[in-house]
Amino acid sequence: MSNAIIELNNITKKFDGETVLDNITLSVMKNEFVTLLGPSGCGKTTTLRIIGGFETPDEGKIYFDGNLINEVPPFKRQLNTVFQKYALFPHMNVFENIAFGLRIKKMDEQLINSKVEKILELFNLKNFGKRRIDQLSGGQQQRIAIARALVNEPKVLLLDEPLGALDLKLRKEMQHELKAMQKQLGITFIYVTHDQEEALTMSDTIVVMNEGIIQQMGPPMDIYNEPKNAFVADFIGESNILDGIMHKDYLVEFLGKKFECLDYGFGKGEKVDVVIRPEDLELKPAGKSKLEGKVKSVIFKGVHYEMQIVVNGYEFLVQSTDMATVGTTVGLTLTPDDIHIMKKEVIL
Amino acid sequence: MKNKTKYFAYPYLIWMVIFIVFPCLLVVLYSITTKDSNGLTTIHFTLESFKKFFDPLYMNILWDSIFLAALSTAICLFLGYPAAFIISKANISIRSTILFLCILPMWMNMLLRTYAWMTILGNNGIINNILSFFGLPRLNLLYTRGATIMGMVYNFLPFMILPIYTALSKMDTGILEAADDLGANKLIEFKKIILPLSMPGVISGIVMVFMPAVSTFIIPQLLGGNKSMMIGNLIEKLFILNGDWNFGSAISIIMMVIILISMAIMNKFDVDKEGGARLW
Repeated sequence: MSNAIIELNNITKKFDGETVLDNITLSVMKNEFVTLLGPSGCGKTTTLRIIGGFETPDEGKIYFDGNLINEVPPFKRQLNTVFQKYALFPHMNVFENIAFGLRIKKMDEQLINSKVEKILELFNLKNFGKRRIDQLSGGQQQRIAIARALVNEPKVLLLDEPLGALDLKLRKEMQHELKAMQKQLGITFIYVTHDQEEALTMSDTIVVMNEGIIQQMGPPMDIYNEPKNAFVADFIGESNILDGIMHKDYLVEFLGKKFECLDYGFGKGEKVDVVIRPEDLELKPAGKSKLEGKVKSVIFKGVHYEMQIVVNGYEFLVQSTDMATVGTTVGLTLTPDDIHIMKKEVIL
Repeated sequence: MKNKTKYFAYPYLIWMVIFIVFPCLLVVLYSITTKDSNGLTTIHFTLESFKKFFDPLYMNILWDSIFLAALSTAICLFLGYPAAFIISKANISIRSTILFLCILPMWMNMLLRTYAWMTILGNNGIINNILSFFGLPRLNLLYTRGATIMGMVYNFLPFMILPIYTALSKMDTGILEAADDLGANKLIEFKKIILPLSMPGVISGIVMVFMPAVSTFIIPQLLGGNKSMMIGNLIEKLFILNGDWNFGSAISIIMMVIILISMAIMNKFDVDKEGGARLW
């Protein structure tokens, strides 16, 4: 427990009677890169704002380094935030923006100078100190926003979709830069995003949220390979989700066929969700596979082709480097570890 | 297409020439001619009217006008900024009500509003009636410099509140949260973020109050009586009573120059180059 820097205990938050966060419990370890992942409106930003102190929870307790901080205002918390829209001060130049936090701490002017210069260099913005904020590109503004937070050497950095406004290439670059920086500086990052790829790339731990509830928490590999429920499977990467019936341990039936699988511990005849990743389905010539279907569409995606193949009325999404022709019948094969069985969610 | 659309501007251009440029030129013409040359055939150019203005008698009136206008502007700023701040922080339904109340008096003619104050401040006015009801001595409120200043503050306060309110309410709350996040308490946040970012509103408020205040003649006439002659009264007197259009025009030109210079100075202080909150 001593290694946890931030702990949320049974946090509940309501806006106008609507529950936004429902009994969230979460601990973040020192030097960990934690990503809160979920669709918009899932409560991830609210969770971050509660940690930052901009919202107070209706119920539950927040601990920072073992101390209860429910009532501590943001300006007294030892953490800093990178805001979604950067929120740079438009009337100050780059240098003054970054120096803002240090000035408030009444730091020695010379020390401020060297700290700001050092961080500008770290962000490849060495000669930008005198620039006005509106003279910067989105990518530069974003770096300044991160620099302004990091220069204070917080124990925890909160990032609210900081790369949302950047183009794909710049976003990928920044993802790697941020990850490298986090390792180098040894600061705990709590990162909010709705981009599953971003989450998989950068995180030590991913927290998947939906409708104010934590759906699954774990390392990226586990989340991707062993999603706990159909929502996580669908949200993390693309998935084919089918209705199935467990006949016994290691045997599942879907689309009228029986398949071997690696899952067990379900009731006999229990209805389950069957999740199959589109890249796990293998294309075979017709006539040799359990699953056969007609190719409905083929889209070239760069690295692979994305195909819709209709099998017994179910439209499979298939990603493969092989291409099938639209209108032809093809076979699809699966190995037992490609089949993921999940308990049916109780539909609310 | 582009060439054709410019014709749409012509009616406005003609309007402006007839009602703004031409009268201005007339004022200039009157200011540099003598009274005797009012005939159509003979025009005598002279700078006599301008020279006359530098008499201490008139200079005192000018300084007094500037002083009274500056004082009213300062009072408007000290009352208006907190008001605008409170309005911008209030929740949305209260906010629109207060704004409506701010604008409501402007629906009435300024003359009527000022007459209303005469019945409040007068010797048999509301305030003195209340005072005498409680057995207190009557006060001499009307026809004082204080009454003039009060009238100006009352009339021009909305012009201070509105631009400041606009500047404050368009401020991104994210910026304030960022300051909070970086360790700024409410006081530092106000000093370093809110105040500098609302400066464009403050500056347009100052201009919008100072300009009409320095040239007003209704308010000092009705509320100040003969005690305070402002430059506006002087110009009015010269035109209406004395019939000295030349001297009146000369003073008008001097006033315009003073206002233009003060506007230019205020512009220097304006940090917001995009001029989002400026009204002119």
